[in-house]
Amino acid sequence: MSWFLANLPYIGQLTALHLAQSVIPVVVGFALALPLARLALGRRADGRSTEAYTTAGQVRKGAVVNGAALLYTVPSLALFVLMPLVLGTSITSPLNVYVALTIYVVAMMVRSAVDAFESVSPITLEAATAVGYTPLRRFWQVELPLSLPVMIAGLRVALVSNISMVSVGAVIGIQSLGTLFTDGLRRDIPAEIITGILLTLVLALVLDRLLALVGATLTRWRNP
Amino acid sequence: MIFQDVWAWFTTPGAWAGTGGILQRLGEHLAYSGLVLLVAAAIALPLGAWVGHTGKGQNLVVALTGALRALPTLGLLTLFALWLGLGLTAPALALVILAIAPLLAGTYAGIAAVDPVIKDAARAQGMTGWQVLTRVEIPVALPLIFGGIRNAVLQIIATVTVVAYINLGGLGRYLIDGLAVRDYTRMVAAVLLIAALALLVDALLALVQRALTYPGLR
Repeated sequence: MSWFLANLPYIGQLTALHLAQSVIPVVVGFALALPLARLALGRRADGRSTEAYTTAGQVRKGAVVNGAALLYTVPSLALFVLMPLVLGTSITSPLNVYVALTIYVVAMMVRSAVDAFESVSPITLEAATAVGYTPLRRFWQVELPLSLPVMIAGLRVALVSNISMVSVGAVIGIQSLGTLFTDGLRRDIPAEIITGILLTLVLALVLDRLLALVGATLTRWRNP
Repeated sequence: MIFQDVWAWFTTPGAWAGTGGILQRLGEHLAYSGLVLLVAAAIALPLGAWVGHTGKGQNLVVALTGALRALPTLGLLTLFALWLGLGLTAPALALVILAIAPLLAGTYAGIAAVDPVIKDAARAQGMTGWQVLTRVEIPVALPLIFGGIRNAVLQIIATVTVVAYINLGGLGRYLIDGLAVRDYTRMVAAVLLIAALALLVDALLALVQRALTYPGLR
Protein backbone atom coordinates (compact mmCIF):
# COMPACT_ATOMS: atom_id res chain seq x y z
CA MET A 1 0.00 0.00 0.00
CA SER A 2 2.81 2.42 0.83
CA TRP A 3 4.47 1.63 -2.50
CA PHE A 4 1.20 2.38 -4.25
CA LEU A 5 0.78 5.74 -2.52
CA ALA A 6 4.40 6.76 -3.04
CA ASN A 7 4.22 6.14 -6.79
CA LEU A 8 0.79 7.47 -7.67
CA PRO A 9 1.82 9.76 -10.58
CA TYR A 10 3.90 6.97 -12.16
CA ILE A 11 1.03 4.48 -11.79
CA GLY A 12 -1.46 6.97 -13.19
CA GLN A 13 0.72 7.56 -16.22
CA LEU A 14 1.09 3.83 -16.91
CA THR A 15 -2.66 3.28 -16.42
CA ALA A 16 -3.41 5.98 -19.01
CA LEU A 17 -0.98 4.33 -21.46
CA HIS A 18 -2.56 0.93 -20.78
CA LEU A 19 -6.04 2.36 -21.27
CA ALA A 20 -5.11 3.85 -24.65
CA GLN A 21 -3.51 0.59 -25.81
CA SER A 22 -6.58 -1.35 -24.64
CA VAL A 23 -9.30 0.80 -26.12
CA ILE A 24 -7.93 2.15 -29.42
CA PRO A 25 -7.17 -1.28 -30.98
CA VAL A 26 -10.61 -2.56 -29.96
CA VAL A 27 -12.37 0.43 -31.53
CA VAL A 28 -10.32 0.33 -34.75
CA GLY A 29 -10.40 -3.48 -34.93
CA PHE A 30 -14.16 -3.55 -34.47
CA ALA A 31 -14.63 -0.91 -37.16
CA LEU A 32 -12.58 -3.06 -39.55
CA ALA A 33 -14.07 -6.43 -38.60
CA LEU A 34 -17.70 -5.36 -38.97
CA PRO A 35 -17.69 -4.58 -42.72
CA LEU A 36 -15.29 -7.49 -43.34
CA ALA A 37 -17.69 -9.96 -41.73
CA ARG A 38 -20.75 -8.48 -43.44
CA LEU A 39 -19.09 -8.50 -46.86
CA ALA A 40 -17.88 -12.08 -46.29
CA LEU A 41 -21.45 -13.21 -45.71
CA GLY A 42 -22.44 -11.59 -48.97
CA ARG A 43 -25.93 -10.89 -50.01
CA ARG A 44 -28.33 -12.97 -47.98
CA ALA A 45 -31.30 -14.25 -49.88
CA ASP A 46 -34.54 -13.82 -48.01
CA GLY A 47 -36.74 -16.19 -46.07
CA ARG A 48 -36.44 -19.92 -46.39
CA SER A 49 -33.72 -19.78 -49.00
CA THR A 50 -31.30 -18.08 -46.56
CA GLU A 51 -29.86 -21.29 -45.17
CA ALA A 52 -28.50 -22.21 -48.58
CA TYR A 53 -25.63 -19.86 -49.32
CA THR A 54 -24.24 -19.86 -52.80
CA THR A 55 -21.00 -21.82 -53.26
CA ALA A 56 -19.03 -18.62 -53.90
CA GLY A 57 -20.53 -17.15 -50.71
CA GLN A 58 -19.50 -20.18 -48.67
CA VAL A 59 -15.97 -20.04 -50.04
CA ARG A 60 -15.73 -16.33 -49.24
CA LYS A 61 -17.09 -16.80 -45.73
CA GLY A 62 -14.75 -19.77 -45.13
CA ALA A 63 -11.75 -17.79 -46.38
CA VAL A 64 -12.46 -14.82 -44.10
CA VAL A 65 -13.26 -16.89 -40.99
CA ASN A 66 -10.30 -19.27 -41.47
CA GLY A 67 -7.96 -16.41 -42.35
CA ALA A 68 -8.93 -14.71 -39.10
CA ALA A 69 -8.39 -17.95 -37.17
CA LEU A 70 -4.94 -18.30 -38.75
CA LEU A 71 -3.99 -14.73 -37.75
CA TYR A 72 -5.15 -15.45 -34.21
CA THR A 73 -2.72 -18.39 -34.07
CA VAL A 74 0.35 -16.11 -34.27
CA PRO A 75 1.50 -15.28 -30.69
CA SER A 76 1.08 -11.61 -29.69
CA LEU A 77 4.73 -11.16 -28.79
CA ALA A 78 5.68 -12.44 -32.25
CA LEU A 79 3.37 -9.90 -33.89
CA PHE A 80 4.85 -7.08 -31.79
CA VAL A 81 8.36 -8.00 -32.95
CA LEU A 82 7.41 -8.47 -36.62
CA MET A 83 5.56 -5.14 -36.87
CA PRO A 84 8.70 -3.00 -37.47
CA LEU A 85 9.34 -5.08 -40.62
CA VAL A 86 5.93 -4.15 -41.97
CA LEU A 87 5.59 -0.61 -40.64
CA GLY A 88 9.20 0.53 -40.72
CA THR A 89 8.95 1.64 -37.08
CA SER A 90 11.56 1.14 -34.38
CA ILE A 91 11.22 -1.92 -32.16
CA THR A 92 10.19 0.09 -29.08
CA SER A 93 7.58 2.18 -30.89
CA PRO A 94 4.11 1.93 -29.29
CA LEU A 95 2.69 1.93 -32.82
CA ASN A 96 3.78 -1.74 -33.11
CA VAL A 97 1.54 -2.65 -30.21
CA TYR A 98 -1.40 -0.63 -31.54
CA VAL A 99 -1.27 -2.23 -34.97
CA ALA A 100 -0.55 -5.76 -33.70
CA LEU A 101 -3.40 -5.63 -31.17
CA THR A 102 -5.74 -4.21 -33.82
CA ILE A 103 -4.92 -7.23 -36.00
CA TYR A 104 -5.77 -9.46 -33.03
CA VAL A 105 -9.09 -7.76 -32.40
CA VAL A 106 -9.97 -8.12 -36.10
CA ALA A 107 -9.04 -11.82 -35.92
CA MET A 108 -11.28 -12.32 -32.88
CA MET A 109 -14.15 -10.08 -33.94
CA VAL A 110 -14.62 -11.26 -37.53
CA ARG A 111 -15.75 -14.62 -36.20
CA SER A 112 -18.13 -13.09 -33.62
CA ALA A 113 -19.52 -10.63 -36.17
CA VAL A 114 -20.23 -13.42 -38.68
CA ASP A 115 -22.02 -15.34 -35.91
CA ALA A 116 -23.88 -12.17 -34.92
CA PHE A 117 -25.19 -11.47 -38.42
CA GLU A 118 -26.16 -15.13 -38.82
CA SER A 119 -28.10 -14.98 -35.54
CA VAL A 120 -30.62 -12.61 -37.16
CA SER A 121 -33.66 -14.53 -38.29
CA PRO A 122 -34.03 -14.59 -42.09
CA ILE A 123 -37.77 -14.34 -41.66
CA THR A 124 -37.36 -10.97 -39.94
CA LEU A 125 -35.22 -9.75 -42.80
CA GLU A 126 -37.81 -10.93 -45.28
CA ALA A 127 -40.54 -9.13 -43.34
CA ALA A 128 -38.49 -5.93 -43.47
CA THR A 129 -38.13 -6.28 -47.22
CA ALA A 130 -41.84 -6.96 -47.51
CA VAL A 131 -42.80 -3.71 -45.76
CA GLY A 132 -40.61 -1.78 -48.14
CA TYR A 133 -37.12 -1.42 -46.59
CA THR A 134 -34.35 -0.87 -49.10
CA PRO A 135 -31.34 -3.21 -48.56
CA LEU A 136 -29.23 -0.42 -47.04
CA ARG A 137 -31.97 0.76 -44.68
CA ARG A 138 -32.75 -2.83 -43.78
CA PHE A 139 -29.10 -3.32 -42.77
CA TRP A 140 -28.94 -0.22 -40.55
CA GLN A 141 -32.39 -0.42 -39.01
CA VAL A 142 -33.07 -4.16 -38.77
CA GLU A 143 -30.06 -6.42 -39.31
CA LEU A 144 -27.43 -4.47 -37.38
CA PRO A 145 -29.59 -3.72 -34.30
CA LEU A 146 -30.77 -7.35 -34.10
CA SER A 147 -27.21 -8.64 -34.35
CA LEU A 148 -26.06 -6.47 -31.41
CA PRO A 149 -26.55 -8.94 -28.52
CA VAL A 150 -24.17 -11.52 -30.06
CA MET A 151 -21.92 -8.74 -31.36
CA ILE A 152 -21.54 -7.09 -27.93
CA ALA A 153 -20.84 -10.47 -26.28
CA GLY A 154 -17.98 -11.03 -28.75
CA LEU A 155 -16.70 -7.50 -28.29
CA ARG A 156 -16.58 -7.94 -24.50
CA VAL A 157 -14.42 -11.06 -24.85
CA ALA A 158 -12.13 -9.24 -27.31
CA LEU A 159 -11.82 -6.22 -25.01
CA VAL A 160 -11.00 -8.20 -21.87
CA SER A 161 -8.49 -10.43 -23.69
CA ASN A 162 -6.92 -7.33 -25.20
CA ILE A 163 -6.51 -5.64 -21.82
CA SER A 164 -4.50 -8.56 -20.45
CA MET A 165 -2.53 -8.89 -23.71
CA VAL A 166 -1.36 -5.26 -23.65
CA SER A 167 0.94 -5.96 -20.70
CA VAL A 168 3.01 -8.43 -22.75
CA GLY A 169 4.42 -5.44 -24.66
CA ALA A 170 6.40 -4.58 -21.52
CA VAL A 171 8.71 -7.52 -22.25
CA ILE A 172 10.04 -5.67 -25.30
CA GLY A 173 10.05 -2.33 -23.47
CA ILE A 174 6.69 -0.80 -24.42
CA GLN A 175 5.20 1.06 -21.47
CA SER A 176 1.88 -0.01 -19.96
CA LEU A 177 0.75 -1.48 -16.63
CA GLY A 178 2.90 -4.44 -17.74
CA THR A 179 5.92 -2.25 -16.99
CA LEU A 180 5.02 -2.66 -13.29
CA PHE A 181 5.59 -6.43 -13.74
CA THR A 182 8.98 -6.23 -15.45
CA ASP A 183 10.15 -3.38 -13.20
CA GLY A 184 8.81 -5.11 -10.07
CA LEU A 185 10.65 -8.30 -10.94
CA ARG A 186 13.92 -6.53 -11.67
CA ARG A 187 13.79 -4.46 -8.48
CA ASP A 188 12.28 -7.21 -6.34
CA ILE A 189 9.12 -5.30 -5.30
CA PRO A 190 6.12 -7.70 -5.04
CA ALA A 191 3.85 -4.74 -4.16
CA GLU A 192 4.56 -3.22 -7.56
CA ILE A 193 3.55 -6.43 -9.38
CA ILE A 194 0.42 -6.86 -7.26
CA THR A 195 -0.53 -3.24 -7.98
CA GLY A 196 -0.17 -3.97 -11.70
CA ILE A 197 -2.29 -7.14 -11.53
CA LEU A 198 -5.05 -5.48 -9.49
CA LEU A 199 -5.16 -2.39 -11.71
CA THR A 200 -5.35 -4.55 -14.84
CA LEU A 201 -8.25 -6.47 -13.31
CA VAL A 202 -10.01 -3.25 -12.28
CA LEU A 203 -9.50 -1.79 -15.75
CA ALA A 204 -10.92 -4.95 -17.35
CA LEU A 205 -13.88 -5.00 -14.96
CA VAL A 206 -14.74 -1.31 -15.42
CA LEU A 207 -14.42 -1.32 -19.23
CA ASP A 208 -16.35 -4.60 -19.46
CA ARG A 209 -19.20 -3.22 -17.34
CA LEU A 210 -19.17 -0.03 -19.40
CA LEU A 211 -19.43 -1.99 -22.64
CA ALA A 212 -22.21 -4.14 -21.18
CA LEU A 213 -24.08 -0.95 -20.26
CA VAL A 214 -23.64 0.45 -23.76
CA GLY A 215 -24.92 -2.86 -25.10
CA ALA A 216 -27.94 -2.81 -22.79
CA THR A 217 -28.75 0.76 -23.83
CA LEU A 218 -28.49 -0.08 -27.53
CA THR A 219 -30.68 -3.18 -27.19
CA ARG A 220 -33.45 -1.75 -25.00
CA TRP A 221 -35.96 -3.35 -27.36
CA ARG A 222 -35.12 -6.69 -25.73
CA ASN A 223 -36.78 -5.68 -22.42
CA PRO A 224 -39.54 -3.24 -23.29
CA MET B 1 18.35 -6.99 -45.82
CA ILE B 2 16.68 -8.42 -42.77
CA PHE B 3 15.33 -11.50 -44.55
CA GLN B 4 18.78 -12.47 -45.79
CA ASP B 5 20.15 -11.93 -42.28
CA VAL B 6 17.44 -14.13 -40.79
CA TRP B 7 18.11 -16.78 -43.43
CA ALA B 8 21.81 -16.60 -42.64
CA TRP B 9 20.99 -16.98 -38.93
CA PHE B 10 19.00 -20.12 -39.61
CA THR B 11 21.69 -21.65 -41.81
CA THR B 12 24.73 -20.88 -39.65
CA PRO B 13 26.62 -24.08 -38.82
CA GLY B 14 25.61 -25.18 -35.31
CA ALA B 15 22.39 -23.14 -35.30
CA TRP B 16 20.22 -26.24 -35.00
CA ALA B 17 22.08 -28.98 -33.12
CA GLY B 18 24.09 -28.80 -29.90
CA THR B 19 23.71 -26.86 -26.65
CA GLY B 20 21.56 -23.77 -27.04
CA GLY B 21 20.71 -24.85 -30.58
CA ILE B 22 17.27 -24.49 -32.11
CA LEU B 23 16.42 -28.17 -31.58
CA GLN B 24 17.20 -27.99 -27.88
CA ARG B 25 15.16 -24.78 -27.44
CA LEU B 26 12.31 -26.29 -29.42
CA GLY B 27 12.41 -29.38 -27.19
CA GLU B 28 12.31 -27.19 -24.06
CA HIS B 29 9.43 -25.15 -25.47
CA LEU B 30 7.41 -28.29 -26.23
CA ALA B 31 8.27 -29.89 -22.87
CA TYR B 32 7.13 -26.84 -20.85
CA SER B 33 3.98 -26.53 -22.97
CA GLY B 34 3.15 -30.25 -22.69
CA LEU B 35 3.64 -30.26 -18.92
CA VAL B 36 1.40 -27.25 -18.45
CA LEU B 37 -1.29 -28.64 -20.76
CA LEU B 38 -1.34 -32.00 -18.94
CA VAL B 39 -1.70 -30.46 -15.49
CA ALA B 40 -4.31 -27.91 -16.61
CA ALA B 41 -6.30 -30.53 -18.52
CA ALA B 42 -6.24 -32.91 -15.54
CA ILE B 43 -7.92 -30.17 -13.49
CA ALA B 44 -10.18 -28.42 -16.00
CA LEU B 45 -11.55 -31.24 -18.16
CA PRO B 46 -13.13 -33.36 -15.38
CA LEU B 47 -14.36 -30.23 -13.62
CA GLY B 48 -15.90 -28.82 -16.80
CA ALA B 49 -17.49 -32.17 -17.64
CA TRP B 50 -18.94 -32.45 -14.13
CA VAL B 51 -20.37 -28.93 -14.17
CA GLY B 52 -21.76 -29.39 -17.68
CA HIS B 53 -23.25 -32.80 -16.83
CA THR B 54 -24.83 -31.94 -13.50
CA GLY B 55 -25.52 -28.25 -14.13
CA LYS B 56 -24.16 -27.45 -10.66
CA GLY B 57 -21.96 -24.37 -10.21
CA GLN B 58 -22.59 -22.93 -13.68
CA ASN B 59 -22.56 -19.33 -12.53
CA LEU B 60 -19.31 -19.91 -10.68
CA VAL B 61 -17.64 -21.34 -13.80
CA VAL B 62 -18.82 -18.46 -15.99
CA ALA B 63 -17.60 -15.87 -13.47
CA LEU B 64 -14.32 -17.71 -12.91
CA THR B 65 -13.45 -18.05 -16.61
CA GLY B 66 -14.29 -14.38 -17.16
CA ALA B 67 -12.05 -13.27 -14.32
CA LEU B 68 -9.22 -15.60 -15.40
CA ARG B 69 -9.33 -14.14 -18.91
CA ALA B 70 -8.67 -10.68 -17.49
CA LEU B 71 -5.76 -11.85 -15.33
CA PRO B 72 -2.46 -10.73 -16.91
CA THR B 73 -0.21 -13.78 -17.22
CA LEU B 74 2.97 -11.71 -17.23
CA GLY B 75 1.94 -10.32 -13.82
CA LEU B 76 1.36 -13.79 -12.36
CA LEU B 77 4.60 -15.05 -13.87
CA THR B 78 6.72 -12.27 -12.37
CA LEU B 79 4.92 -12.39 -9.02
CA PHE B 80 5.36 -16.16 -8.66
CA ALA B 81 8.98 -15.84 -9.77
CA LEU B 82 9.59 -13.39 -6.91
CA TRP B 83 7.82 -15.59 -4.35
CA LEU B 84 8.97 -19.03 -5.45
CA GLY B 85 12.34 -18.11 -6.91
CA LEU B 86 13.66 -18.93 -10.35
CA GLY B 87 12.95 -22.40 -11.66
CA LEU B 88 10.11 -24.24 -13.28
CA THR B 89 7.52 -24.10 -10.47
CA ALA B 90 6.65 -20.40 -10.81
CA PRO B 91 6.00 -20.32 -14.58
CA ALA B 92 4.30 -23.73 -14.53
CA LEU B 93 1.86 -22.51 -11.89
CA ALA B 94 1.15 -19.23 -13.72
CA LEU B 95 0.66 -21.01 -17.06
CA VAL B 96 -1.63 -23.68 -15.57
CA ILE B 97 -3.87 -20.93 -14.17
CA LEU B 98 -3.87 -19.27 -17.62
CA ALA B 99 -4.74 -22.50 -19.45
CA ILE B 100 -7.57 -23.54 -17.12
CA ALA B 101 -9.94 -20.80 -18.35
CA PRO B 102 -10.30 -21.87 -22.02
CA LEU B 103 -10.26 -25.59 -21.15
CA LEU B 104 -12.95 -25.20 -18.50
CA ALA B 105 -15.08 -22.89 -20.64
CA GLY B 106 -14.92 -25.15 -23.70
CA THR B 107 -15.71 -28.37 -21.83
CA TYR B 108 -18.48 -26.86 -19.74
CA ALA B 109 -20.13 -24.99 -22.62
CA GLY B 110 -19.83 -27.97 -24.96
CA ILE B 111 -21.47 -30.43 -22.60
CA ALA B 112 -24.10 -28.00 -21.35
CA ALA B 113 -25.09 -27.26 -24.96
CA VAL B 114 -25.88 -30.90 -25.82
CA ASP B 115 -29.53 -31.14 -26.88
CA PRO B 116 -31.60 -32.39 -23.88
CA VAL B 117 -33.63 -34.56 -26.26
CA ILE B 118 -30.52 -36.62 -27.08
CA LYS B 119 -29.75 -37.03 -23.37
CA ASP B 120 -33.32 -38.12 -22.65
CA ALA B 121 -33.13 -40.60 -25.50
CA ALA B 122 -29.91 -42.04 -24.06
CA ARG B 123 -31.50 -42.38 -20.61
CA ALA B 124 -34.61 -43.97 -22.11
CA GLN B 125 -32.33 -46.62 -23.62
CA GLY B 126 -31.24 -47.45 -20.08
CA MET B 127 -27.85 -45.70 -19.99
CA THR B 128 -26.49 -44.70 -16.58
CA GLY B 129 -25.39 -41.11 -15.91
CA TRP B 130 -21.76 -42.09 -16.51
CA GLN B 131 -22.63 -43.77 -19.80
CA VAL B 132 -24.63 -40.73 -20.93
CA LEU B 133 -21.60 -38.55 -20.18
CA THR B 134 -18.93 -40.71 -21.83
CA ARG B 135 -20.89 -42.13 -24.75
CA VAL B 136 -23.22 -39.27 -25.65
CA GLU B 137 -22.34 -35.92 -24.12
CA ILE B 138 -18.56 -35.96 -24.59
CA PRO B 139 -18.64 -37.23 -28.21
CA VAL B 140 -21.30 -34.69 -29.18
CA ALA B 141 -19.51 -31.87 -27.35
CA LEU B 142 -16.12 -32.78 -28.84
CA PRO B 143 -15.88 -29.85 -31.31
CA LEU B 144 -16.35 -27.29 -28.51
CA ILE B 145 -14.11 -29.22 -26.09
CA PHE B 146 -11.40 -29.31 -28.74
CA GLY B 147 -11.99 -25.63 -29.44
CA GLY B 148 -11.10 -25.02 -25.79
CA ILE B 149 -8.05 -27.30 -25.97
CA ARG B 150 -6.74 -25.62 -29.13
CA ASN B 151 -7.29 -22.18 -27.64
CA ALA B 152 -5.44 -23.21 -24.47
CA VAL B 153 -2.54 -24.73 -26.43
CA LEU B 154 -2.14 -21.55 -28.50
CA GLN B 155 -2.06 -19.43 -25.37
CA ILE B 156 0.41 -21.77 -23.67
CA ILE B 157 2.82 -21.82 -26.64
CA ALA B 158 2.61 -18.04 -26.92
CA THR B 159 3.16 -17.48 -23.21
CA VAL B 160 5.92 -20.08 -22.74
CA THR B 161 7.91 -17.62 -24.86
CA VAL B 162 7.85 -15.24 -21.91
CA VAL B 163 9.38 -17.74 -19.42
CA ALA B 164 12.77 -16.92 -20.97
CA TYR B 165 12.28 -13.58 -19.25
CA ILE B 166 12.71 -15.33 -15.90
CA ASN B 167 15.85 -17.17 -17.02
CA LEU B 168 14.39 -20.38 -18.39
CA GLY B 169 14.88 -21.91 -21.83
CA GLY B 170 12.48 -22.36 -24.72
CA LEU B 171 12.38 -20.46 -28.00
CA GLY B 172 11.79 -17.21 -26.13
CA ARG B 173 15.47 -17.38 -25.09
CA TYR B 174 16.51 -16.07 -28.55
CA LEU B 175 13.96 -13.27 -28.30
CA ILE B 176 15.02 -12.08 -24.86
CA ASP B 177 18.75 -12.48 -25.55
CA GLY B 178 18.37 -10.81 -28.94
CA LEU B 179 16.54 -7.91 -27.30
CA ALA B 180 19.26 -7.53 -24.65
CA VAL B 181 21.98 -7.05 -27.28
CA ARG B 182 19.70 -5.25 -29.79
CA ASP B 183 20.08 -8.12 -32.30
CA TYR B 184 16.88 -7.70 -34.29
CA THR B 185 17.77 -10.54 -36.67
CA ARG B 186 17.79 -13.04 -33.82
CA MET B 187 14.48 -11.67 -32.49
CA VAL B 188 12.77 -12.06 -35.87
CA ALA B 189 14.16 -15.58 -36.26
CA ALA B 190 12.82 -16.44 -32.79
CA VAL B 191 9.30 -15.16 -33.40
CA LEU B 192 9.16 -16.89 -36.79
CA LEU B 193 10.03 -20.18 -35.07
CA ILE B 194 7.40 -19.59 -32.38
CA ALA B 195 4.69 -18.65 -34.89
CA ALA B 196 5.53 -21.68 -37.05
CA LEU B 197 5.38 -23.94 -34.00
CA ALA B 198 1.97 -22.54 -33.00
CA LEU B 199 0.57 -22.99 -36.51
CA LEU B 200 1.94 -26.53 -36.79
CA VAL B 201 0.68 -27.70 -33.40
CA ASP B 202 -2.76 -26.17 -34.07
CA ALA B 203 -2.97 -27.93 -37.45
CA LEU B 204 -1.96 -31.20 -35.78
CA LEU B 205 -4.66 -30.81 -33.13
CA ALA B 206 -7.22 -30.12 -35.87
CA LEU B 207 -6.29 -33.50 -37.41
CA VAL B 208 -6.56 -35.25 -34.03
CA GLN B 209 -9.97 -33.65 -33.50
CA ARG B 210 -11.13 -34.93 -36.89
CA ALA B 211 -9.88 -38.42 -36.16
CA LEU B 212 -11.65 -38.54 -32.78
CA THR B 213 -15.01 -37.21 -34.01
CA TYR B 214 -17.61 -39.84 -34.83
CA PRO B 215 -18.11 -39.99 -38.61
CA GLY B 216 -21.80 -39.20 -38.17
CA LEU B 217 -21.00 -35.97 -36.30
CA ARG B 218 -18.46 -34.53 -38.75
